[in-house]
Amino acid sequence: MSDTQTLDRAARAMSLVDYRDTANLKQLPTRNGFGEGLLEAARANRNVIGICADLSESTRFEGLKNALPEQYLEIGVAEQMLVAMAGGLAAVGKIPWIASYAMFNPGRSWEQVRTIMALNETNVKIAGAHAGVSVGPDGATHQAIEDIAIMRVIPHMFVVVPCDSVQTKKATLALSQTFGPTYLRFAREKSAIVTSEATPFEIGKAQVFREGSDVAIVACGILVYNALMAADKLSRERGIECRVVNNHTVKPMDEAAILDAAKTCGAVVTVEEHQIHSGMGSRVAEILAAKHPTPIEFIGVDDRFGQSGDPVELIEHYGMGSAAIEAAVLRAHARKRA
Amino acid sequence: MQTLTPQRLRELDFKATDVREGIIRALLAAGSGHSAGSLDMADIFTALYGHVMRHRPEEPNWPQRDRLLLSCGHIAPVRYSAMANFGYFPVDELLTLRKFGTRLQGHPERVSLPSVETTSGPLGEGLAQGVGMAQAAKMDGADFRVYVVTSDAEHQCGLHWEAMMTAAKFKLDNLLCIIDRNFIQIDGSTEEIMPLEPLADKYRAFNWEVFECDGHDIAAFVATVERAQAVKGKPQVIIAKTIPGKGVSYMEGDYTWHGKPPNAEQAKTALAELAATRERILAHV
Ligand SMILES: Cc1ncc(C[n+]2csc(CCOP(=O)(O)OP(=O)(O)O)c2C)c(N)n1
Ligand SMILES: [Mg+2]
Repeated sequence: MSDTQTLDRAARAMSLVDYRDTANLKQLPTRNGFGEGLLEAARANRNVIGICADLSESTRFEGLKNALPEQYLEIGVAEQMLVAMAGGLAAVGKIPWIASYAMFNPGRSWEQVRTIMALNETNVKIAGAHAGVSVGPDGATHQAIEDIAIMRVIPHMFVVVPCDSVQTKKATLALSQTFGPTYLRFAREKSAIVTSEATPFEIGKAQVFREGSDVAIVACGILVYNALMAADKLSRERGIECRVVNNHTVKPMDEAAILDAAKTCGAVVTVEEHQIHSGMGSRVAEILAAKHPTPIEFIGVDDRFGQSGDPVELIEHYGMGSAAIEAAVLRAHARKRA
Repeated sequence: MQTLTPQRLRELDFKATDVREGIIRALLAAGSGHSAGSLDMADIFTALYGHVMRHRPEEPNWPQRDRLLLSCGHIAPVRYSAMANFGYFPVDELLTLRKFGTRLQGHPERVSLPSVETTSGPLGEGLAQGVGMAQAAKMDGADFRVYVVTSDAEHQCGLHWEAMMTAAKFKLDNLLCIIDRNFIQIDGSTEEIMPLEPLADKYRAFNWEVFECDGHDIAAFVATVERAQAVKGKPQVIIAKTIPGKGVSYMEGDYTWHGKPPNAEQAKTALAELAATRERILAHV
């Protein structure tokens, strides 16, 4: 039974749904929120346009394509062209959202992203679809698990990894109204919707989804749900109370929220569907190493490539399931006492 | 290359049907994957593995083998099925396609499966690597040939055109590019998404020798390869006209089959149709 009243204080303050009620939890791919948000942003401002590289369905451009065809351009399989052309359009006042699989944009187009979007300070927005190993059967070539690294390293870039489709819509709208080069990342598969319409969203402001002072779990993307499940189980079975932080904005990261979580809990676990090397967790480690050294455990892909398989099977295989998060919390907790 | 006797041609036509059957079975078992392009290249892959190429299934890394690169890696099922049907591995292994732990990754991987030559899937990268292999053969005085299979939509990728220029500059007459000209891509017709025509003239302008043929006529394809290989001092391209989904009538010509597999019911219909095709070939003996 769904019962938000018994959720902890932080979850209620964030207007989360009862994520423990797995039977009634709604599931949608995060990219759906992009499609909805883009259409709304484009309706509100005719300078908001979409440019597609032969992936209109996968990237959820179809809503815009059908409703506002004059604000939609199709250029075929040409991801470098996507970025460069968008740079030109932005220089003349457009707000272009360019979308492909994350592997190809920003994967293939990285130097154009760095020079044309960031060094140039243009208002181009990248939507990176099908990030993570949960892409599944397509295999390693299509599973972007390095994209956060290559984007967070670029000055001026906004890097946002929303936790569910409802939040992805809010992020799309917010980023459409925020000047600057942007990377918005989402996944292929359906995933649990933990936020509601009433949940606040602000770029650069991390959100506490669960209160606790034993260990802080700092997560982004669809794995926020796994983090919440792990925290719930640890509380019930071991009396370990985790603070769960939805760290959706990887850049500019909310340093105050990270430091507060580390100071309150004294141990941190980071969770992302990405290489551990140079990902969101690495940024957390950089902040804490400089300002408040704290034991950290990292959940993510450990310096390997993905492969074909069922999405859930791959999340488990690469150590990103909720059981792996629980184990990491226990390790972090033990290091805290040592 | 040996001459293609009528008997051998019939065997190859028969084999192409086996290759299509393997594709359907693999895609059904996988529950995802790319039907249209895989099916439409079955005749050409059969001709390549069954007649054109110098290769040893029992020794996939034989250094003298001709190199075959599949640039448009999403149609991996046709390559896997051709390899299985020409003795590289048991046909049953096709049923592991796209599953956890398989050698038959959703997009082909060089380290998983010997002789696929390179990992592909990200479009537009095959010809450039073929240029490197053909140039290495020239430098070493090796006589293997390099075949690159590309899709039509890959011609929207800039790198492919860089490779075209480079191949002509280095006069790589040991390099043959084969285009799956099926006129479709994910979002629809190539000519609507990003027009490619006049494609043959573009290759000519880049100093390539251009051939065109019916991609479903094995005899015509083999004859075209022979003419191409007689060319000296220039890379060659065969623009093979194909029908997406060829061999399974409800898929033929329909771009929406680019990236989806048949369901159980549809696979049954497809396999029945392929069985009938096989009967027809036998009846013509
Ligand atoms: C660089 C890159 N961008 C995008 C994709 C996604 N994608 C896969 S196949 C394809 C195009 C399909 O058209 P074509 O290559 O002609 O293959 P066909 O549908 O004829 O099999 C695209 C855009 C990709 N694989 N690589
Ligand atoms: Mg095509």
